[in-house]
Amino acid sequence: MARSVPAGAGDSQWERQRETPLADALDRQRINRLAHFDVPAHKSGRGNLELTEYLGSRAMAMDVNSMKPLDNLGHPVSVIKDAQALAAEAFGADDAFFMVNGTTSAVQAMIMSTCTAGDEIILPRNVHRSAINALVVCGAIPAYINPGQDKRLGIPLGMSIADVKKAIAEHPSAKAILVNNPTYYGICSDLVEIVKLAHAAGMRVLADEAHGTHFYFHEELPVSAMAAGCDMAAASIHKTGGSLTQSSILLTRRPVNPDYVRQVITLTQSTSASYLLLSSLDIARKNLFFKGREMYQKTMDFADYARSEINELGGYYAFGPELVNGDTVYAFDRTKLSVHTRDIGLAGIEVYDYLRDDYGIQIEFGDIGNLLAIISCGDRMMDIERLISAFEEIKRQREKSPIGLFDHEYIDPVIAMAPQEAFYAKKRRVPMRESTGLVAGEFVMSYPPGIPIVAPGERITPDVLEHILFAKEKGCFMTGTEDMDLNFINVVE
Amino acid sequence: MELWYTDEHTPDVRFSMKAVEQVVSKKSAVQQIDILDTPAYGRVLVLDGGLMITEKDEFIYHEMLAHVPMAVHPNVKNVLVIGGGDGGTVRELTKYRSIESIDLVEVDKDVVLLSKKYLPFTSCKLKDRRVSVWFEEGLRYVRGKKDEYDLIIVDSSDPYGPAEGLFTREFYGTCFKALREDGILINQHESPFYAAHQKSVRDAHSHIAVEFPLSTVYQGHIPSYPSGHWLFGFASKKYNPITDLDDKRWNRLKINTRYYNTDLHCGAFALPNYVQDILKEEKRR
Repeated sequence: MARSVPAGAGDSQWERQRETPLADALDRQRINRLAHFDVPAHKSGRGNLELTEYLGSRAMAMDVNSMKPLDNLGHPVSVIKDAQALAAEAFGADDAFFMVNGTTSAVQAMIMSTCTAGDEIILPRNVHRSAINALVVCGAIPAYINPGQDKRLGIPLGMSIADVKKAIAEHPSAKAILVNNPTYYGICSDLVEIVKLAHAAGMRVLADEAHGTHFYFHEELPVSAMAAGCDMAAASIHKTGGSLTQSSILLTRRPVNPDYVRQVITLTQSTSASYLLLSSLDIARKNLFFKGREMYQKTMDFADYARSEINELGGYYAFGPELVNGDTVYAFDRTKLSVHTRDIGLAGIEVYDYLRDDYGIQIEFGDIGNLLAIISCGDRMMDIERLISAFEEIKRQREKSPIGLFDHEYIDPVIAMAPQEAFYAKKRRVPMRESTGLVAGEFVMSYPPGIPIVAPGERITPDVLEHILFAKEKGCFMTGTEDMDLNFINVVE
Repeated sequence: MELWYTDEHTPDVRFSMKAVEQVVSKKSAVQQIDILDTPAYGRVLVLDGGLMITEKDEFIYHEMLAHVPMAVHPNVKNVLVIGGGDGGTVRELTKYRSIESIDLVEVDKDVVLLSKKYLPFTSCKLKDRRVSVWFEEGLRYVRGKKDEYDLIIVDSSDPYGPAEGLFTREFYGTCFKALREDGILINQHESPFYAAHQKSVRDAHSHIAVEFPLSTVYQGHIPSYPSGHWLFGFASKKYNPITDLDDKRWNRLKINTRYYNTDLHCGAFALPNYVQDILKEEKRR
C-alpha cells in the first residue's frame, strides 16, 4: 500500500484519507469563538493589529496553543494522533510523527533514537549538516562511506553496494546505515539491496528523504524508503509536498518502538508546536494522497521538457536518467532540474546570481560546477520558458573558457576524531588561509546545499582549503564557522 | 435590461461602454475570450476581462506599431509579429510590397480562429501569401532564431497573465539575437499615466535599454485604453527613429493611413516632461 495510488471509491482507505481530523478540529475552534485566557497573547490577532493586517486575520485565528480539543504534539491522544495515523497510512509506514522543527529535527530524531554515545553509524559523507549535528549531540561515531563520484560533473553520487558491504564488514557493530534518498541532485542508491544487507547484519536503515517526499506518490519515481523496507525516514513534506515551510514528517516501521521515538523527539522539539504548520501537514497529506500522482506527473513533464530544451542550447548539461549506472546512480529523480555549467566557463553560483540579479529568476542553489532549479506542479509553462531563455541569454552574453575553474565538489575526508569530541575540544582560532593540516573544530559549508566541505574532527587538507576559498570567491553563501566572514576557523588544539 | 461592459483601468478607475450583444464567450486553453458589439466602439475584443481592441480605434494602435519602424528602416524584408492574433498589425504590414515574409506567433490559437470569423476588419490579411501563423509561446519561438529578422513587433496583451514573459529581459535579449545587424524591435509599452502601469513602463524600458544600443519610446492617443495616452517602445541596433526617418521615401509609397503621417512620426517622439523623467530615472538605475 505504499506508493499509494488511490484505489477508487468504495475502498475504505479512500474514504478514510478524505478526512483531515486535525485541520477540522482547528477550524471548529475558530468558529466556536472561545473566550481565550491562554497564550498566545495576540488572541486571534486582536492584540497585534499590525501583524494581523500583514498576515491576514484567518491565519491569526488559526495560531493557537495546544488545548483539549486540539490535542498535544508531545503526547497525542486525539486529533493529532488520528492525523498522524492517516499520514502513516498514506506513506505506507507503521507510525508517523508530525515535526515542526524542520526535517533537521526528523533526521536528528532518527539518529538519536538509534544510537547512543560511542555507537557507530555508517553514512555517506555527503549528508546534510543536520545528520552530523546529531552526531555532535549524541556522541555517535561516524563510519563514512565515500560516495561514488561523477568525474565530468564533479558531484558526489550514491553509495556503491560493494562499499556498503565493505563498511558493514569493517564495522559489524554499527547500529545503522543512513542513506540519502535522494541526494540534493536527485541521485539514489540501491535502497532495497542496502536494506537487505543491513537487516542481515542487524542494522537499521535510516533514510534522509528531505528531497524525496514525492517518491511515495508516483510509480515512475525512485522507490520510497518505506516501500524499500527502511526502518525510519525523514520526509520533508514542506519541500516538495506542499505543506508550510519548516513542517515535516518522520516515518517509522516496526519493530522501531514509536513510544521511544516520541520521547527522543520530545527532547528537543518545541512544546508550543505551531498549529499552522501542523494543519498544513494534515491538508498536504490528503492532497498528496488524492492528487499526488497528477502533481508529480506534471512536475516530471515540465522538468523533462526543460532538460531537453536546455540541452539543445549547447554548453549546458541538464543531466537526467542517462546517469543511471545500476550502482552509484541506481535511480534518478526526474523532477529535479540540475544543470552543469562548467563548460560555459561559469560556476553554478555565478549563473545563479545572474539569473536572480539580471533576470528576476530565483533558483534553489548554485555551487561550483552545477545549479539546481526546483520544478513543481505550481509552475506555469511561461515561467519554464523564461528560465530556458534566460539560460540561453546568459550563455550568449557571458560564456567564457572553463580553464581555471575548480572541478570537483566532493573531497574524501580525512577523519582525525569523532565530531562530538572535536566540537567540544579545546580550540583556537586561526586564519583560514593558515589552517592547512589542522583539525577542524567546526563546520564549513555552502548553504544551500548544506553538505559540509569540512566537519568537526576532519583534517583541513590543501584540497579542502582550496575548495573553501574558491567557493567563497565565487560568491557561495558560506556558513558554519563562528567567524561570520569565514576569515578565521576554530581548530582543535 | 441594459448590458454594460466595464474595463477596470485601475482598482479605482473604471471605463464602461454600453453593449448591444455578446457575440462570443469562450474559455480557451490560455484565457477567457469575449467579443461584444457596442454602439460607441463597434465590435470589441476582450481577453480575460481586459479590453484589447475596438473596431473604432484599433487603427491608431496598429498603424503606430507598424508604420513608425517601416518609415525608418530602408529595407525591411522579413518581419516577426509576436502576439497580435487579431491580425491588425499584419494588415498594416501587408501594405508594403517590399516585405517578403511575415511570421505571426500567437500563443492562443482560438484568438486567431475567432478573429478570422468575427473580426474581419483586423484579420482580413491573415491569408496573404507572405503570412505564416505559428501557435507557440513567443519566448520559445524566438529562442531558436538568429539574424533572421529586420523587424520584430511585440503586439502583446498586458504584462500580467499570458503575456508576462514578453516583458522580460530574457525575451528582449533573445529578440536582439533574432534581429539582423540593423534590426528594429517595436513593442506595446503600456501607459505612463497610472502608477500601476508606470511600473511596467519602467521595467520594460530598463530591460530593453540593457540589451539594445538605442532605445526610446513614442506615444499615441488611443481613446479606449487606460488614460488614452499610450506608449510604444522603439529599440534599434543601428537606426535612429528621427534622424534616419526617410519621409520622402515613405510618402512616395502612397500608403493609406488614417492616423500615421511623417510629421506625426516626429511629434510622437516628443515626450511630455513627466515621461522623460521616468525614462531618465530608469537609465540612472
